[in-house]
Amino acid sequence: MNQRSGMTLIVKTITRMVAAFIATYGIYIVLYGHLTPGGGFAGGVILACGFVLLFLAFGKDFALEILSQRGTSIWDCLAAFAFLAIALLGYIGGTFFYNVIAKGEPFHLVSAGIIPLANIAIGIKVAACLFGVFIALVLFRMARSPEEMEEE
Amino acid sequence: MVRVLPLFVAVPLGAAFMLPLFERLKKVRWLADLVAVAVTIFLFIFALQAMASPGAVYWMGKWSPESIIGINLVLDGLSALMLFTINLVAFCATLFSIEYMKRFTSKPLYYSLFLLMVAGMNGVVLSGDMFNIYVFLEIAAIASYALVAFGVESEELEASFKYLILGGLASTFILFGIGILYNATGTLNMAQIAQTLGVPGQNKAVLLAICFFFMGFGLKGAMVPFHAWLPDAHPSAPAPISAMLSGVLIKALGVYALIRVLFNVVGVTELVANALLIGGIASMTIGGLLAIGQWDFKRLLAYSSISQIGYILLGLGIAAGVLFRPEIPKAVAGLALFGSLYHLLNHAVFKGLLFLSSGAVEYATGTRNMREMGGLRHQMPITAGACRVGVFSIAGIPPFNGFFSKLIIILAAVLARYYISAAVTTIISFVTLLYYIKVQRYILDGDVPEALEGVKEVPVLMQLSLIILAVLCVALGLFVPLLRESIFQEAERAILSGLEYVQLVLAGG
Repeated sequence: MNQRSGMTLIVKTITRMVAAFIATYGIYIVLYGHLTPGGGFAGGVILACGFVLLFLAFGKDFALEILSQRGTSIWDCLAAFAFLAIALLGYIGGTFFYNVIAKGEPFHLVSAGIIPLANIAIGIKVAACLFGVFIALVLFRMARSPEEMEEE
Repeated sequence: MVRVLPLFVAVPLGAAFMLPLFERLKKVRWLADLVAVAVTIFLFIFALQAMASPGAVYWMGKWSPESIIGINLVLDGLSALMLFTINLVAFCATLFSIEYMKRFTSKPLYYSLFLLMVAGMNGVVLSGDMFNIYVFLEIAAIASYALVAFGVESEELEASFKYLILGGLASTFILFGIGILYNATGTLNMAQIAQTLGVPGQNKAVLLAICFFFMGFGLKGAMVPFHAWLPDAHPSAPAPISAMLSGVLIKALGVYALIRVLFNVVGVTELVANALLIGGIASMTIGGLLAIGQWDFKRLLAYSSISQIGYILLGLGIAAGVLFRPEIPKAVAGLALFGSLYHLLNHAVFKGLLFLSSGAVEYATGTRNMREMGGLRHQMPITAGACRVGVFSIAGIPPFNGFFSKLIIILAAVLARYYISAAVTTIISFVTLLYYIKVQRYILDGDVPEALEGVKEVPVLMQLSLIILAVLCVALGLFVPLLRESIFQEAERAILSGLEYVQLVLAGG
């Protein structure tokens, strides 16, 4: 890891400690979306924030190695596609978006049929998409030439 | 047909998510074209079938009409007509894009945004639920903001930013309006809102919601005085997108949504009728007068769109006004609506044609400035011929379709004793003729400037989409009586009998 890129050693150490917790918490919010407050969108935002934190603390090369700009776009599309596929799966039961999978027992992790699956798809989509937006905004700033920056 | 109604949204959405994955596959560039054309053809055929059997309600996920939380799609005469219009222009624009978009960077991303926009518009016209109208409207609008900026030149970015701000403002107003309706009725389902509200004009909070809807949908539909973004945004987009924006987007997000909410949900009052009339006349006059001075071909077309939207709104205003005048027979309202919807379809066809031919001209000559063009009928006979058909249609020269729809609107205005409106409409028709004579004089006829000596006709696929639309301009004009019986009567009935909509939805189709 390049010591010179990113922020100070303190920030890097703290980030190393909390990054795993942030990711775990994000995944928890996504997976328990049908049982507790939160869900795919909220969990996805937390995951994306974890990536943003890595980006800020360790610099862009490190973060983009984990999830590149192209990667965010691919995950974004695949997750959206998965969500649509879940919706189309409803046609097995006769109707678009019909909850075809067995509902299971209430308040158990594996329950509520397609809802957890839809939450996972949304979580991945939101995480990839928000991080992609962040990258796009940051790289667009970097792509401008110094002369243009001076003009402002 | 009912069972597969969600595919109108699902298929373009799926294709839109799939296309960005093709971005790196340089060897199979044609695959993106193929997917886009296949999807739009499929949607068009599907829309034709939908038109054959309107009057269907689809409840997603097996929710029933008794519950107030289910999401439903409603296919009635008006939705079917809009679906046909949207998917027709989308198909022609895709066909045109295959060659035209080669000059831009990424075709898969372009088609992806394009299909997202189509999915959003199909969703808006099918949705039977206020909040889903808002969601689909945002999908279509956000895709269109990105598409306006697709060339990434400074002028395009500026136009897109202006469009984004004003479009965001419009969406906020619409959301406020929906919030007020939800507060007043406790439901978002349009049929249930209509049922709960009962007699129009009783609830003062709903009056505020109507104001917000006028501002929001008026902005999306470029009704004067909310039109300022359109002359920047529409010319800046790539030509097939201009055709989509001017041809169908402002109608699906603006005019259609306004019709649906005013006539079927909150119900028209005399105030609403007058607002539609005034908005219509203002759009018609101001858009028309501003178009005369334009020298940028696409900007002229954009101003003309504002003017033509005015005709549609005026027709709606007359239809709404007649309902409050017992001395005038109800049939006049039907006639005004027929004129208005017929003009909506016609405008989608000929404005699509004109924007595509402006794209063809720009493709061949590299300029949009009318002063630098001339004599293109010699060098680009097919484009020039198609463009001339479009010009004749929009200027209202018989026997092209624009003549009949304008005639019907004027006739309805006279029968409903809106004599001033009829007079203004007639005068503006001549103004329209005036600025389109300018288009002919400076682009198609006259001497060829030296810079344009070597200009050649555009590729075959671009010609093909121009020819399809040009033939439709003539066909829609020749078969008016037939069309009224087959397409428009269903749509008129859907609008005029607000109660029938409620029955259709709540009886479960």
